[in-house]
Amino acid sequence: MGKVTMTVNGRQMTAEAEGRTLLSTWLREGLGLTGTHVGCDTSQCGACVVHVDGQPVKSCTALAMDLDGAEVRTIEGMANADGSLSAIQQAFQDHHGLQCGFCTPGMVMAAAALLKENPKPTEAEVRHYLEGNICRCTGYHNIVKAVLAASGQDVSGLGIAAE
Amino acid sequence: MYDFDFVKPGSIDGAVKALAAEDAIPLAGGQTLLPSMKQRLNAPSVMVSLRGIPELQGVCRDGDVLVVGAATTHARVATEAAAEYPGLAALAGQIGDPAVRAMGTIGGSLANNDPSACYPAGVLGSGATIVTNAREIAADDFFDGMFATALEEGEIITSVRFPIPQKAAYAKFHQPASRFALAAAFVARFAGTVRVAITGASEGGVFRWTEAEAALKESFTPEALSGLTLPAEGMIGDLHGTPDYRAHLAAVMTRRAVAAAG
Ligand SMILES: Cc1cc2nc3c(=O)[nH]c(=O)nc-3n(C[C@H](O)[C@H](O)[C@H](O)COP(=O)(O)OP(=O)(O)OC[C@H]3O[C@@H](n4cnc5c(N)ncnc54)[C@H](O)[C@@H]3O)c2cc1C
Ligand code: FES
Ligand code: FES
Repeated sequence: MGKVTMTVNGRQMTAEAEGRTLLSTWLREGLGLTGTHVGCDTSQCGACVVHVDGQPVKSCTALAMDLDGAEVRTIEGMANADGSLSAIQQAFQDHHGLQCGFCTPGMVMAAAALLKENPKPTEAEVRHYLEGNICRCTGYHNIVKAVLAASGQDVSGLGIAAE
Repeated sequence: MYDFDFVKPGSIDGAVKALAAEDAIPLAGGQTLLPSMKQRLNAPSVMVSLRGIPELQGVCRDGDVLVVGAATTHARVATEAAAEYPGLAALAGQIGDPAVRAMGTIGGSLANNDPSACYPAGVLGSGATIVTNAREIAADDFFDGMFATALEEGEIITSVRFPIPQKAAYAKFHQPASRFALAAAFVARFAGTVRVAITGASEGGVFRWTEAEAALKESFTPEALSGLTLPAEGMIGDLHGTPDYRAHLAAVMTRRAVAAAG
């Protein structure tokens, strides 16, 4: 057992960790930040994606102790300062980019990482970037549409999927 | 996952010392090791993180050679090698997904030597040299069959030295669920020689297709490979593809890699 400290959503946070404590466990059980979901726990589904030092990382496949001192952003840190939804979150709501919502935290974090790297992606680039994020509900179409809309692009011509 | 002691040395020497403990193993990006520990296929007593060692990080040019630190992530190679060795950068950019590329490292990929992994093809196809804390190992002597390498216990890869070819390309057919290679070919043309490495296909792991190398040395065109086939014997057969299918696919990927290299 030892103490691990990270800057999480802009605030310094400390909680206990064993060697084997995963970042996902540390966030959820150590800090009570349960917005980060654990789907597969085998680095396949992307539900647990958070940002570590600005990069998307599957938090189920990283050790908390290894990331001592890191800067982490989770879904809880995505809303605007006044509490309103960020552009990406709002676009997911507007374009029906979620159904059960289980994959959504990981999708939003992955999408945010994409838009930081590539502010105006094409539809193909969005689909390609989200390869590691699995959704069992939406069929992806409206997720892709939400990400494109969040990037400020016109999505009115994009297919007929229910909204 | 069983618990273990976690240490994070700041130097290669510190890591080598820590690895002398019984059942100690190195941890790089964890993208292969942590899932295998969750399945209890691996239960080390000490995990030695390589993420705190500056000497193992980064991409730099040394004359005709591109040197990649062993703990450099796939994402960094994809961007930082793009100007010097675009074929290698493109290979790194096709590994897994963005989150895997942000953590996974070249050293971890080579030490693991998954028969469907991408880097083994880039390293063998480039004729690179694997540098460890103890010695230098030519790619031709490093890969030792599925999940096996020439590394000794406690030996760590510190960097990989890639001779930069005139032209090179990687053509990968993704296995759509795992995103590893169902079959893939890395082709590199140097002054006077051509190297072709195939991954994803053989039960023996990555291998050089020497007949294709000889044909491409005469004429570096996809047509030079027409009529050349790989034997299905010894190819992987699983629910994703039969040995015949993989043998055929590997040849198709080789032609595509040559066409892409131009
Ligand atoms: C969803 C997913 C998709 C993937 N897709 C692909 C793909 O398309 N192509 C592909 O090639 N790979 C793929 N991978 C594997 C990925 O590239 C891994 O990052 C890589 O195989 C292991 O690197 P790592 O740094 O994570 O190593 P780790 O998991 O930390 O370690 C792997 C092994 O290497 C040893 N090791 C690590 N570093 C060193 C070193 N410097 N010296 C000696 N031994 C060392 C460890 O002890 C361990 O035994 C995928 C992984 C996932 C989870
Ligand atoms: S829970 Fe981490 S990738 Fe699925
Ligand atoms: S909305 Fe249910 S898994 Fe994506």
